[in-house]
Amino acid sequence: MSIFKKIMTAIRGGATEVGESIIDSNATRIFEQEIRDAENHLTKAKRDLTGVMAQQMSSSRDVERIKREVVEHEGYAVQALDKGDDELALAVAEKISTLENELATQQQSLDSFQGSAERLKDLVKKSERHVAEYKRQLSMVKTTESVQKATSAITDNFSSSNSKLLSAKDSLERIKAKQQKFDDRMKAAEVLESENSDNSLEAKLKDAGIGANDNNANSVLERLKAKKK
Amino acid sequence: MNIHKIAGYLNTLADDSDTGMVFDCQPISGEVDVLQITVFGREELPIFVSVTDDQILCITYLWGEEEVKENKTNEMHVSMLEMNIPMPLSSFSKIGDKYVIFGALAISSTFDDIEHELAVLSNNALEIIDDMSDYLI
Repeated sequence: MSIFKKIMTAIRGGATEVGESIIDSNATRIFEQEIRDAENHLTKAKRDLTGVMAQQMSSSRDVERIKREVVEHEGYAVQALDKGDDELALAVAEKISTLENELATQQQSLDSFQGSAERLKDLVKKSERHVAEYKRQLSMVKTTESVQKATSAITDNFSSSNSKLLSAKDSLERIKAKQQKFDDRMKAAEVLESENSDNSLEAKLKDAGIGANDNNANSVLERLKAKKK
Repeated sequence: MNIHKIAGYLNTLADDSDTGMVFDCQPISGEVDVLQITVFGREELPIFVSVTDDQILCITYLWGEEEVKENKTNEMHVSMLEMNIPMPLSSFSKIGDKYVIFGALAISSTFDDIEHELAVLSNNALEIIDDMSDYLI
């Protein structure tokens, strides 16, 4: 079963009982231990790989050396034959035969080291991928667990503070109303400010005798006199 | 990063936040530490922040199953799924019988990142309730 399915099953199964941990903390610990074990194996595999690669290099040097010796001795054998010393040539040929046997054995172990190194490299890569995947799964399990615990803390807090949860729409309406009130206040403040500046200008104009003058008794009398005529 | 550091940062911001939002933080104790963050003027929709081993989770509760109009659940789910990618930084989920909107940040996030996340989450929450109100009682 994939980790997603496990978590889903756990959430569905545990959803009825709020506050109850859905993931067995013991299981999490076992999982963490498994990751540590896998990491230990990985370290060991890497160490093994280093050893095998060192052996591979040494074996490869031996193969080269024997090959050189074979070529060298072949030269000696030809020289001995040229000199007509068949006995010496035979002795050299025997040496070459021994060297070739040695080469075959050495080549075999080189091939085997190469094979082991390849296998170990594959193993290291696979193990690294596995550890990364385990860690991702553990993170999911732990997050699920943490959200569960956080939810239960939040729920406890809500019930202890007796605060009634509003419906989403009511909440939105209240927030919008607050925003409207805030905007209105800002607008009112702006209007007030501009009115104040209007007033002060008017006062200045009046002081300078510009603009509309106040009605006074004299002006009323003037108007009445004008009507009478 | 832990919730106390986040609370400390948000409290020092006061009115000087880049987002123009004023945050109030209140730690909730429990098995896991949770920070309840309220945005000034939006007290009805608090954000809950918890920090795990590798991420910071910011969650806002949207509405309960019982607030969804009868026979509208499927339609609402489709709308929510369709909105999930266009909606910046936040995603939907369900905890128990409550629909939530949440954002997850890497544990290595900066305070600026967290502040930005909270502001976007708060805006998204308001907007999505508005957008989904046809499906809600």
